[in-house]
Amino acid sequence: MSKTKKDAIAIHVNGVGKYFGSEPNLVKALDNVSIDIRRNEFFTLLGPSGCGKTTLLRLIAGFESPTFGQMLLDNQDITNLPPYHRSVNTVFQSYALFPHLTVAENISFGLEMLKKPKHEISATVDEMLALVHMEELKHRRTDQISGGQQQRVALARALAPKPDVLLLDEPLSALDYKLRRGMQIELKRLQLETGITFIFVTHDQEEALTMSDRIAVMSNGHILQVGTPNEIYYNPQERFVADFIGESNFIEAEVVSVTKGRSATASLRLAGTRKTFKANMPASKSKDKTATVFIRPEHAKLQKSTRGATLTGTLTNMLFFGTDTNYHLELDNGDAFVVRSQNEIGHAFHPAIGDKLGVVIDEQAIQVLKD
Amino acid sequence: MARKLSEMEAERIKRKNRANWLLSMPAILLLLFAASGPLLIVIVYSFLTPGNYGGILWEFSGEAWFKVLFAQDIFDDTISLSDAHLSIFWRSVQLSFLTTLICLILGFPTAYFIATRPPKTRNIWLFLITIPFWTNLLIRTFAILELIRNKGVINNSLISLGIINEPINMLYTDMAIVIGMTYVYLPLMVLPIYAAMERFDFRYVEAGFDLYASRFKVMWRIILPIIKPGVIAGSILVFVPSLGAYVTPRILGGGKNLMIGNLIELQFGQGKNWPLGAALAVTMLLIVLLALIFYMRISQRSEQKDAQ
Repeated sequence: MSKTKKDAIAIHVNGVGKYFGSEPNLVKALDNVSIDIRRNEFFTLLGPSGCGKTTLLRLIAGFESPTFGQMLLDNQDITNLPPYHRSVNTVFQSYALFPHLTVAENISFGLEMLKKPKHEISATVDEMLALVHMEELKHRRTDQISGGQQQRVALARALAPKPDVLLLDEPLSALDYKLRRGMQIELKRLQLETGITFIFVTHDQEEALTMSDRIAVMSNGHILQVGTPNEIYYNPQERFVADFIGESNFIEAEVVSVTKGRSATASLRLAGTRKTFKANMPASKSKDKTATVFIRPEHAKLQKSTRGATLTGTLTNMLFFGTDTNYHLELDNGDAFVVRSQNEIGHAFHPAIGDKLGVVIDEQAIQVLKD
Repeated sequence: MARKLSEMEAERIKRKNRANWLLSMPAILLLLFAASGPLLIVIVYSFLTPGNYGGILWEFSGEAWFKVLFAQDIFDDTISLSDAHLSIFWRSVQLSFLTTLICLILGFPTAYFIATRPPKTRNIWLFLITIPFWTNLLIRTFAILELIRNKGVINNSLISLGIINEPINMLYTDMAIVIGMTYVYLPLMVLPIYAAMERFDFRYVEAGFDLYASRFKVMWRIILPIIKPGVIAGSILVFVPSLGAYVTPRILGGGKNLMIGNLIELQFGQGKNWPLGAALAVTMLLIVLLALIFYMRISQRSEQKDAQ
């Protein structure tokens, strides 16, 4: 895979909007969305239900037409192309396997519609069955197999025509936790083996982080941030993104001074503390007097004494997660703050609810949000 | 202890079975007396001797069954196939088949249309479909007669529009019977297809489009096979009563173009040959049975073909 090929654009979405209904009940499911999805990429649309991620997927599939805007697939305008003329296949949330056809017939359906020669169809069907480990159930009816197996058939059916882009609409949401984890690894493997661009829709941030090359976080019909799982997790630009992915603490800070260099750096004083921190300042915030600062719970440390602590507070709750424990504190100014720390064998530190504790925050852990 | 438990379980199952039998008694009695009973009487009558003024004499005779298929010449006693009866059977099957086909062609799009409306408006359309049932069958049939007779609404409008010069002779033809039966039985086609279509998950259509199927292919390869049970039910519901139709061929066929129903009525009425009427009725039952078996075979074969 050469670098140029990897960076080629598979799907180009340009200023696309989708409105449903009419005034006064106009619903803006998607509002002026632009995005480039690269070839061979595992791309995830992540957001809560109603954020427009499924609408965007349906527009790419061709089940809906955009109210405005343009979409390109491999530099060809597909905005008004019917779904059966797009080299895009979908794995549906409900799988939508044809109930009157067997497993093999479901997989061969798309190939038959493309009028592929018979021997090629049967070869591809066998190849797909092997790819998803379903050879034995070839002649079963689709209502005679389990949910996880239906999932595999749906995948094989959508992959069989070897589309340019595979769309996956929350395909794992109906599976139980163990099966879901297995399928996440499986999907990633399939994507690497087939080299097909995957566009995956989910509301599950863990799923998005573990599988994606890049993630687009969506809310209210807009794309808020696009980036690698690392970028999204460590450098969320907006409060919504920080809040939606992982756990977050938000603290109001006073902007003491701003030094302008290549990127603006601010001196910040966290609410209720004296110590100042330096952090990158988003351009849009450079003139503000206050800012919202975001800290991941695992980037803060808890200590027994309040001396030398960045923040101090009272322990209100402890949640045990096995590998970690979440300590919920009420800070001296009344704000809530969570510290997550790894549980270690022989750890001598056993705070009790009601204890006065100190929180140490490293300067690197502090980030200023755009909003 | 284990033995005791198994005995208790056996006792429990016995009690449960007894209760189940008791609960299904009304249905069993209804089947026995309302369905099997009359049928049995008709079969028995078909093997008896006709009374002089109608009714039957309790003497065994195979003559009625002989007469269903064969005729004996009154002059030279030669036996030949009964052309009159056979042609009526054949006509009845043909007209019923044609009616079923037309009902299917008209009923399928109708059911599709209703099933694809928003849920609230669906009920209004269904309600409209049932409106003809509010009027008596005879009156509806006479209304059709008024429409298609030579000086009826259709011919008069066509003539006044200058499309035709002479009225099209529709009344008292086979076409009139088919038109009448189609009108009467169309709802029986629409309703079962609608029921199947309403349960149809239209996401299959999207999946079909997604897998490169055109509109035509989606209809032919996805929608039709999945709602086939509804189509079969509708076809049976139209074909069976069409075959036994009495009022429609009587009024719109003008008594010249008989169907099995009229032939049977003739034997119980003017013909005063109850056993022959009974034998004809049983024959009709057998034709229906054969038609159903034939139909099942065809649909099964197409299913097997699909499965290959």
